[in-house]
Amino acid sequence: MAALILQVDGLTVSFDGFKAVDGLDFYVEQDELRCVIGPNGAGKTTLLDMICGKTKPSSGTIKFRNLELSEMIEYQITRAGVGRKFQNPSVYEDLTVFENLEISYPKKRNVFGSLFFRRTDEIAGRIETQAEQIFLRDQLRTKAGLLSHGQKQWLEIGMLLMQEPELLLLDEPVAGMSPRERELTAELLNKITAGRSLVVIEHDMTFVRMIARKVTVLHQGKLLAEGTMDEVQADERVIETYLGH
Amino acid sequence: MANRIAEPPPPGAATPAPRASPIALLFKLGLPILAALLLIAIPSFLGDFRLGLAAKYLCLAFPAVAIVLIWGYGGILSLGQGIFFGLGGYMMAMFLKLEAAAQDNTGSALSQFYGSNLPDFMVWNSVEALPWWWLPFHHLWFTLGAIVIIPAVVAFALAYANFRKRVGGVYFSIITLALASIMAIVIIGQQGVTGGANGITDFKTFVGIDLDTESAKRGMYFTTVVLLLLSVLAGMFIIRSGFGKVLVAIRDREDRVRFSGYDPAMFKAFIFAVGAVISAIGGAMFTMQVGLASPSLVGIVPSIEMVIYAAVGGRLSLVGAVYGALIVGYAKTTFSENFAEHWFYFIGGLFILVTMFLPQGIAGLLDRFRASRDRN
Repeated sequence: MAALILQVDGLTVSFDGFKAVDGLDFYVEQDELRCVIGPNGAGKTTLLDMICGKTKPSSGTIKFRNLELSEMIEYQITRAGVGRKFQNPSVYEDLTVFENLEISYPKKRNVFGSLFFRRTDEIAGRIETQAEQIFLRDQLRTKAGLLSHGQKQWLEIGMLLMQEPELLLLDEPVAGMSPRERELTAELLNKITAGRSLVVIEHDMTFVRMIARKVTVLHQGKLLAEGTMDEVQADERVIETYLGH
Repeated sequence: MANRIAEPPPPGAATPAPRASPIALLFKLGLPILAALLLIAIPSFLGDFRLGLAAKYLCLAFPAVAIVLIWGYGGILSLGQGIFFGLGGYMMAMFLKLEAAAQDNTGSALSQFYGSNLPDFMVWNSVEALPWWWLPFHHLWFTLGAIVIIPAVVAFALAYANFRKRVGGVYFSIITLALASIMAIVIIGQQGVTGGANGITDFKTFVGIDLDTESAKRGMYFTTVVLLLLSVLAGMFIIRSGFGKVLVAIRDREDRVRFSGYDPAMFKAFIFAVGAVISAIGGAMFTMQVGLASPSLVGIVPSIEMVIYAAVGGRLSLVGAVYGALIVGYAKTTFSENFAEHWFYFIGGLFILVTMFLPQGIAGLLDRFRASRDRN
């Protein structure tokens, strides 16, 4: 068994008594691409929110390598190497694609560093390579607000990759994409998993089948099943609560 | 790939205009045109009285420039910029007042009578000894340093404490508004050591130079212009740097910026402190040239007027803020000479009109005009 990069134990969060995530154990290995599925309200997004620091857990631990993430705040978690893509594409609409990628470059992230930041040819080249990989090579000078929904999704993935994270958390990365765009995204995700781990939340089962090696099914904040796509699809409880509908 | 890397994109270049229309040129040369206007045109064509007025409006352009940085780019609406304008103004007033009081020929009969070197208003209020916090303002270098450092420290501490706790938006605006009001109330209430509602006035000299001479007035005018142009330049440097990009990102999507690995509170507090320093410098120059530091330049009304200068000029245009201050300042003088009681309605109406129809101010109007010309 490969080394664990993320180790979530007994994670619980309650909002006004409602337990969105309830005593969840969740482990991700190095270089793994994990898909998380489950009906609405299963706690998928809340799980990612807690890993990246957006929501504080009520109890439980979240170990990333040997860091306890539940005790850190958002930008520290990002700097430690965890990248988060949100459900609605969140890019900086008033900045160009180039600037969006540049701002995500993981150096000079304090006040004076950014004030006297000088772009080297190396960084510019890195940004271009990244844009190429996310199919936005020709849109570098375009304001991000003018991109299509699918392109914004790609840009946000590109911004995460610029951060050089070891763990990527992607919330519905293909929502609003055409079938062709979905295929390209599946290729992209399969490619970038070399050297880093991915956790992907997705509703689209065709897409999940294109990328998944191991699938986790959540239901009402708890773990329902875990295994390969075929295994979970054969699981009686999963069929009953989710796939059967 | 190698070819592409060898040809890096132009750093931070604005989208180039397809044709160099006169208005595009106006934008490109915004700062040189402003410099020529302030350094050459205004001093050669205006008489001494009007030049003094221009100097006064230019001092108020400092907080307007600051508001462009804080509000236009940082998204923080400060309704208390008068606090920092006032801090700078009062610190300069303390220095000038102590210098005036130290002279034998101040002509302040009461001071002579009591045989004291205290500022006149302290004598009238039966204050017997100079408060300890006035003492360092005997020294020019301390005063100049304090005008820059104290507003920076106060602004940074105030802003960071709020932003770290994620108090922002309209709540922060209300806090600045309340603080401006409190500062004016404290100044008025502590008449014995602050000069009260009358303010601190009746200065004579600045390091021995008589402030009331023609050459001194011209000298102060040019000092103001140079400091103002330097403030605009500093602002341009900040906006074009990586810091400026992060600032715009925070303005539009603060939540997301945390997940790009930045601490937004630090960035917002920094730009707020920069704005405070720029405002304080304007306040100090104002006190020197108008000969007065008064609570009427600290409270809510002047603070909101400063926002209006920036809004009229264009809240994304540093150069526009200077024109906004000049235009509104001039309108204020004209109006108050003729219909003083209607001024508040006029400026209130102006603010509403600009917000509704010209959200980017005069600069935005020119920008729109340029865009439509380029299209044709």
